[in-house]
Amino acid sequence: MIFEDEPEPGHPLPMLPGHSSAGRFERILRAGGFAVTAELAPPDSAAAEDVYARAHIFDGYVDAINATDGSGANCHMSSVAVCALLTHIGYSPVMQLSCRDRNRIAMQGEILGAAAMGVCNLLCLTGDGVQAGDHPQAKPVFDYDSISLLRAATRLRDEGTFESGRKLTSRPHVFFGAAENPFVPPYDWRPQRLAQKVAAGAQFIQTQYCFDVPLLRKFMARADELGLLDQVFILVGVGPLPSAKTADWMRRHVPGVHIPDAVVQRLAGAAKPKAEGRNLCVELIQEIREIKGVSGVHLMAYRQEEAVAEVIERSGVLQGRVPWYPGRPAELSLEKAAS
Amino acid sequence: MYAIRLWSVRHSRGLEAFYQGFERIVVALDPVWRFLGYNRIEKPVAAVEKLVKGVLFDCQMCGMCALSQTGMACPMNCPKQLRHGPCGGVRVDGMCEVKPEMRCVWVEAYAGSQRMQAGPAAIRELRAPVDRRLTGTSSWLRVAREKAPKPPAKAAP
Repeated sequence: MIFEDEPEPGHPLPMLPGHSSAGRFERILRAGGFAVTAELAPPDSAAAEDVYARAHIFDGYVDAINATDGSGANCHMSSVAVCALLTHIGYSPVMQLSCRDRNRIAMQGEILGAAAMGVCNLLCLTGDGVQAGDHPQAKPVFDYDSISLLRAATRLRDEGTFESGRKLTSRPHVFFGAAENPFVPPYDWRPQRLAQKVAAGAQFIQTQYCFDVPLLRKFMARADELGLLDQVFILVGVGPLPSAKTADWMRRHVPGVHIPDAVVQRLAGAAKPKAEGRNLCVELIQEIREIKGVSGVHLMAYRQEEAVAEVIERSGVLQGRVPWYPGRPAELSLEKAAS
Repeated sequence: MYAIRLWSVRHSRGLEAFYQGFERIVVALDPVWRFLGYNRIEKPVAAVEKLVKGVLFDCQMCGMCALSQTGMACPMNCPKQLRHGPCGGVRVDGMCEVKPEMRCVWVEAYAGSQRMQAGPAAIRELRAPVDRRLTGTSSWLRVAREKAPKPPAKAAP
């Protein structure tokens, strides 16, 4: 995978034939690379420096950075602003857009605005319920659901119209994705739900945390039977667990997180649970990358962001490749293909 | 009522058959509705619909009824009002993320759809986003209006 045109912060790359966006993330996936993305928690601040500092932690290890949109229904800096800031200095963000807080007028406008600021990747989400966050008294909007949002988003790009039918004067060139959670009921429906999302326009998928590889294998095998693996890039969610206590808290309180008892017990029995959590994460990545149809991993290391570099390094999934970051030394500039 | 709603999903096949017959009657009565005036009967019919479907399905009167596609489980009872299937927050025991005391509407819908004559494929169809202007209006009359054969246009005088 050798790209001769280097990103120049603030300027879009040329769009390659057959691509939906001018972004590096789509390039890596379409070139057959194993992509690494990581989740950035937007700060509770109004300072751009805080955003840059949080992105900087991942330098050299990730192909794209997800900016969450009020994750867990907690209030933070908006994802569109975080993505605009990151794009401005050359990073390749994935903007998360949740249906919880906006109606269809705001959401379609947000997609156009994001594209105008150079955002190339957008993840269409339903969003956690407001009860999960720090403003449970807020009005849950949910005018669209994730599939209606995907449909509206691809309509903007491919048909050049709003839901109302009114025409755009220029279209957003964006690579659209969605989330999926293979680890919660109804299990039989999950691969078909993936098919629904692909039909609605999802080009890539980032899954919820995977701590249960057998369940993932089943899901992927079924997706293969449905002929989906050639139509969508699947990045599997992973993350280091700091302790048995946190793992247990997460599975009780964070919506959609499934952690098997064996994982919690392994952490509880470890002398250094934090190190053990990272070991487990490395093992999971190595196991997951061998599964047919997996195009990458998505790291969610909330309050352990510094662990991402270590985990990716040890897993070896980048195979010597150094993803672009602001100020990357010239000798690393060619994104080398795996031999 | 929650218990009756669950009963309805368990009997989705029977209700589907009943509903198909009922729909034929409502559509066949189109000339009567036109004689009385669709606009004039909208309110009373909506009130009856709300009462009947309220008891059977906890119907929220979205005006775009999808029960026949969703295993007779009303998707508007989902706290996120999802129209295309379950979110990623469903609990391992099949309960709702937002209301842990309630079964996930879509877990119910999936079970209901398996029992239906039309088969489970309809549940996966792409549905138009809800038109919020229709909230509170009668789905029955809307279906009658849409499915009834159009009366021949009057010849110009």
